[in-house]
Amino acid sequence: MKIFSAYKEGRLTLYLHGELDHHGVKNSMDLIDKLIDEFMPKDCIVELSKLNFMDSSGIALILKIHKRMNQRGGRAWVENADSQPLRVIDASGIDRIMKVGLSKEVMK
Amino acid sequence: MKSKNYAKFEFPAKSCNEAFARSCVAAFAAQLDPTIDELGDIKTSVSEAVTNAVVHAYPSTLGTIYLKLRILGEDTIEITVKDRGKGIEDVKMAMEPLFTTGGDDRSGMGFTIMDSFMDKMKVTSRPGKGTSVVMCRRIRAKNELE
Ligand SMILES: Nc1ncnc2c1ncn2[C@@H]1O[C@H](COP(=O)(O)OP(=O)(O)OP(=O)(O)O)[C@@H](O)[C@H]1O
Ligand SMILES: [Mg+2]
Repeated sequence: MKIFSAYKEGRLTLYLHGELDHHGVKNSMDLIDKLIDEFMPKDCIVELSKLNFMDSSGIALILKIHKRMNQRGGRAWVENADSQPLRVIDASGIDRIMKVGLSKEVMK
Repeated sequence: MKSKNYAKFEFPAKSCNEAFARSCVAAFAAQLDPTIDELGDIKTSVSEAVTNAVVHAYPSTLGTIYLKLRILGEDTIEITVKDRGKGIEDVKMAMEPLFTTGGDDRSGMGFTIMDSFMDKMKVTSRPGKGTSVVMCRRIRAKNELE
């Protein structure tokens, strides 16, 4: 998995590319923590349109991002998940604690 | 009598083999001509079972993971993921959604995902001996899809 990021007007977007499994997720949280410390965003968007595969390791990562942002009084949400990651997200029920949707409809 | 197809793999419980196991199963399942969604469910379930063996089964040694694939009948794939690791004391409790011994690196959703993505799933485990997960998924004929 590769992570690309963009920051604009209080909003940090994390673009996750490739396959997010237990192997691919290693060291990701360190990198994401650094980005959050550096930019101190109000919102953090986890953008999944280029993520081909995700399992429960991705759920743990997304929950950690959600928790970090909450601790800082910010918000996190998930955008543009393809069908396989979306099925895993639905099965996990994380959409009950944070928003999951397409970028045009999630939050403006 | 024509014997049904099968394949067996064994590999060390290293995290880089999680993607390898998914690819093995995807290649084997191709003979049943699954849809992208069916293949996604199968790959996700294999990833969960193999990751469990990598993460939980062998805390202090580099053990082996055994992956066995079979075609049952005309249209069903059976997947067995086995380890000879530390085993699970209470399987029923381990299978509860959100139960984890893995702290906040894990979500405790692995068994729940396997159970909901596969038609059948059975876990057998003996403490000190190891764990085996057997799961089946029927691939629907294309004319059954609406
Ligand atoms: N092969 C195994 N060997 C030993 N213990 C296991 C094995 N598989 C699962 N377990 C135990 O069962 C628990 C639940 O497994 P499950 O896959 O549902 O969640 P998890 O692995 O903890 O988290 P997640 O799968 O969401 O990353 C694990 O935390 C672990 O204690
Ligand atoms: Mg697991």
